[in-house]
Amino acid sequence: MVETFYEVMRRQGISRRSFLKYCSLTAAALGLGPEFAGKIAHAMETKPRIPVLWLHGLECTCCSESFIRSAHPLAKDVILSMVSLDYDDLIMAAAGTQAEAIIDETIEKYDGNFILAVEGNPPLNQDGMSCIIAGKPFVEQLRHVAEHCKAIISWGSCASYGCVQAARPNPTRATPVHKVIHDKPIIKVPGCPPIAEVMTAVVTYILTFERFPELDRQGRPKMFYSQRIHDKCYRRPHFDAGQFVESFDDEGARKGYCLYKVGCKGPTTYNACSTIRWNEGTSFPIQAGHGCIGCSEDGFWDKGSWYARLTDIHQFGVESNADKVGGTAAAVVGTAIAAHAAISAVKRAQRKGE
Amino acid sequence: MSNSALVPHNEPSVYVYEAPLRLWHWINALGITVLAITGYFIGSPPPALSGEASEHFLMGYIRFAHFAAGYIVGIGFAFRLYWAIVGNEHAREIFFHNILRASYWKELWHELRWYLFLEKEPKQYDGHNPLAIFIMHWFFVWGITFMIFTGFALYGEGTGPGSWAHSLFSSWLIPLFGQSQDVHTWHHLGMWLIVVFVMIHVYVAVREDIMSKQSIISSMISGWRNFRSSGND
Repeated sequence: MVETFYEVMRRQGISRRSFLKYCSLTAAALGLGPEFAGKIAHAMETKPRIPVLWLHGLECTCCSESFIRSAHPLAKDVILSMVSLDYDDLIMAAAGTQAEAIIDETIEKYDGNFILAVEGNPPLNQDGMSCIIAGKPFVEQLRHVAEHCKAIISWGSCASYGCVQAARPNPTRATPVHKVIHDKPIIKVPGCPPIAEVMTAVVTYILTFERFPELDRQGRPKMFYSQRIHDKCYRRPHFDAGQFVESFDDEGARKGYCLYKVGCKGPTTYNACSTIRWNEGTSFPIQAGHGCIGCSEDGFWDKGSWYARLTDIHQFGVESNADKVGGTAAAVVGTAIAAHAAISAVKRAQRKGE
Repeated sequence: MSNSALVPHNEPSVYVYEAPLRLWHWINALGITVLAITGYFIGSPPPALSGEASEHFLMGYIRFAHFAAGYIVGIGFAFRLYWAIVGNEHAREIFFHNILRASYWKELWHELRWYLFLEKEPKQYDGHNPLAIFIMHWFFVWGITFMIFTGFALYGEGTGPGSWAHSLFSSWLIPLFGQSQDVHTWHHLGMWLIVVFVMIHVYVAVREDIMSKQSIISSMISGWRNFRSSGND
């Protein structure tokens, strides 16, 4: 008999009171009504833990670093034990052949019934040689495990979109998970890294309801990615008022004005940073005085400067943007019109004189 | 004035632009002007205001004007499409024209040569000349369609999932472009396309009014096109 979540928690020394607190906080984080706290608690008490295999491809481990810092009071003890994290080469005790054996064991025991969490992505060039796990290309491990899993969680911008290793010119052809695995449901949790509470909440939702939360067209959970940072930013009143930081050391910066003019990408970035914030809700980049760099958006490394809200247009020079290109075109056309008008006037005068 | 003998004199005026279409034209012109100015300021806001946020609502008003004008231009364009179907034959010229007709390309070439000062006399048209049709169709009709679609997609980002703008535009258009920032970038480029169109449109209208054989600007006010035998009379 597999232990339930609740049994594991109690074994970890978590009081029932803390457990219920966790359930209600999670319900609130998921945007569910108060009655769902009870449902979550009930699910935790009765459901066996769903095993999770957590694979690491080309990545920097920032997703894991974020995950283990979930501000939730029980994160360290509970989330990691709640998820029956059978395999995670980063934090597991086993190593080498022993560790790899766990994968096959899980597949055998829970075929079609475990969750595959992927951090990072597989490189496809050079037969996938740019990322070797246990002597084999990562892409082979990914395909093998994906074949037997129930569903896939794409952690972070790497697994969701490609991130830095897929930035132009992408020499190893690092490829996001959904472009390699086509026959399994995939939930994307982008961000570099994603917010800890978003990660744990997604896991909790899947385990509690045994299905994905509602996803948007791009496969992201709507509850965390349906609004832009800008929509819930605490500096938004300064934007609406027309009060901007013009440079990072000016009076506006000291007064906490809107960072729009110094290139904050909050208006084009879908994430929950401005509501959930980071590190136990302490702060988030904009609160610290720096604009959002849009790390949870597709291809954010390839959209030009992190301090510009328009994408670079390289066809017209290294640092061109839409306004420069458009303004130049307008100036050229304006000059052409003036010249054309002058010639027209001269021609007309000539003909009048005929 | 050796040429003037070759073209007919004192032709009767033709009713080209019907009243709803003229009204649309000027409302649309005003709307686009407001959109371009407010749109530029949304992208590059005016110098920061000081004091407390509660004292001002500058960007709020600029954005309101942009959205209001966007609605007017968007709904107006839908009406214009409708009028292309129910209006007179000139109302559909900029939407539908037979590009397989050889004479269309021949006359377009002639009009191009007239603008390059290679033809002495322009041809005479009741409605639009082929070059005007070409520019209006490709720059204006498709340009404004692009701006309306991307514009409402960006608007839907603010109104959020579940809103009609988000369901109809943002939900598919933003993933299509990649991400929100790309839609913003293209929307900026689109504005410059429209600005360039307006510059050419206004210049050519004024120039044709002076130099061609038909009235242009007054026609868009009265609806009647008047003819004269030569631009030089």
